[in-house]
Amino acid sequence: MSTATTTIRSTTTSAGRLRALGRAELTLIGRSKGVLFTALFVPLVLPFSIRASTEQVDLDGTGLSIGSMVLASSIGFSLLFAVYSALVSVYASRREELVLKRLRTGELRDGEILAGAALPSVALGLLQCVVLAVACAVALDAGAPDAPQLVVLGVLLGTVLCVALAALTTVWSRSVESAQVAAMPLLLVTMLGSGAFVPLEVMPDRLAAVCELLPLSPTITLVRGGWAGTLSLGDATQALVTAVAWIVVAVFAVRRWFRWEPRH
Amino acid sequence: MTSNERVIDVTDLRRVYGDGTRGSFEAVRGVSFSVGRGELFALLGTNGAGKTSTVELLEGLAAPAGGRVRVFGHDPYTERDQVRPRIGVMLQEGGFPSELAVAETARMWAGCTSGARPVGEALEMVGLGHRAKVRVKQLSGGEKRRLDLALALLGRPEVLFLDEPTTGLDAQGRQETWELVRRLRADGTTVLLTTHYLEEAESLADRLAILHEGRIAAEGRVDEVVAAQPSHISFELPDGYFVGDLPPLDRLGVSGHEVTGRTVRLRTDELQRAATGLLVWARDTGVELRRLDVRGASLEEAFLRIARDAQGTADEREKAMAV
Repeated sequence: MSTATTTIRSTTTSAGRLRALGRAELTLIGRSKGVLFTALFVPLVLPFSIRASTEQVDLDGTGLSIGSMVLASSIGFSLLFAVYSALVSVYASRREELVLKRLRTGELRDGEILAGAALPSVALGLLQCVVLAVACAVALDAGAPDAPQLVVLGVLLGTVLCVALAALTTVWSRSVESAQVAAMPLLLVTMLGSGAFVPLEVMPDRLAAVCELLPLSPTITLVRGGWAGTLSLGDATQALVTAVAWIVVAVFAVRRWFRWEPRH
Repeated sequence: MTSNERVIDVTDLRRVYGDGTRGSFEAVRGVSFSVGRGELFALLGTNGAGKTSTVELLEGLAAPAGGRVRVFGHDPYTERDQVRPRIGVMLQEGGFPSELAVAETARMWAGCTSGARPVGEALEMVGLGHRAKVRVKQLSGGEKRRLDLALALLGRPEVLFLDEPTTGLDAQGRQETWELVRRLRADGTTVLLTTHYLEEAESLADRLAILHEGRIAAEGRVDEVVAAQPSHISFELPDGYFVGDLPPLDRLGVSGHEVTGRTVRLRTDELQRAATGLLVWARDTGVELRRLDVRGASLEEAFLRIARDAQGTADEREKAMAV
């Protein structure tokens, strides 16, 4: 007997595989009205509804402006709805339709499957962030960002975290519908506790200290503080460390517990 | 490369679902076989026999709980990069987004497949060329199976895994798939296929293994598996005659018998000798053996016998649990 151990003849690249998968996912998003509505409408409309409530918050002594607050909230909503919530649906439905299992029989690596499926939603989310930033800078006199690198870092870290948390959320669901329910806690906690409606700066100290540790708080802090220039080096570092820590934990949890197939 | 090169090699394979404690289930319980290059090997078994569980381990979808799998000499689970570009997989159930069109699905898959054929060519091969723009959700069950087959063929695989490729197809679709599989095999593709259709295994396979309850119950070329099964002669004895009146059964080459009322059923590995002896006796004695049935061993016989044995052990186990 002889066994063959000839060399591989893979001619696909990681980038090529991601492109193929991302293109298919983009087509699918375009055909899914529910996902499209949540991803486009909610993040672009919600910011205007919070403007009214923002005007009642006493910002004296926080160094914040309404413009930077609305901007940070809007970006938070984009990440929550266009990236996180949309991807929870995408991952859950691809799993239930056995698409993930099918993809795993091919040359795609596990990480590429999750990343490729996320590409259109991530692109959509980032595009919204840019549009909202420009709109807030112009319409609400938020001005140019004081520390743009912190804003960009905050958005990127928040995006990666939203993708990982979306994958993780599907672990606790059996269907697309129950996945949406499983997504509610993070949506609510983030909207209430991460400074999207009420800035952490005006919260009682002890509550603010806890809220700073929520998954998307660092992103909102970095965007708002980075734009207004109110963030000290220490605060910025703490936000960055918190964000990276969340990503590390979430990615580990996804690798450990993500389910590629429906439950039997 | 020699023709007896083993492209798939499986030794004492085990697969356990669950965490190994209460409620966990051992679906594959020590399976060993190998498949040579260019061979078509069939895993035959009833539902729940462990066919899909076994094939998924060969495809590298999961790590085995025990034993070893080698495909081209590589571990398909840990050395995925070495194996995947050379194999094609057709799962038992689709796994395509329902809102994507046939051609869009194939294009996506082609982008992830080394040396992919043109999408149109792959769809033509399975007769789906005219359905390219149709959404997957509008395909019939049989068309979905054929789309799955088209994707498995996209990368011109050296080894093709087909998990129940013709389930849900009508008679014509089945014939067309068989024809395609034969053509691929003639071109040198190694094929491992699972099926619960006896005629599928019988007409396509060079060799087969019959799985039941996670173990291989019989393995070999179709004629070998059949030859290992005894043949049967059954008939009704006329009134006033008893089994003791027959010639000594061991001299007829009969290895066992059952009597139910007036019906006698003989088991033999030497069908011609036993039948001749019996008929000569009947002529000489001047009796007529009514409802005479002389039946050579068949794959169906082998399969049913194994299923029956499995049912027997299952019943015993249930009894044991009830006690």
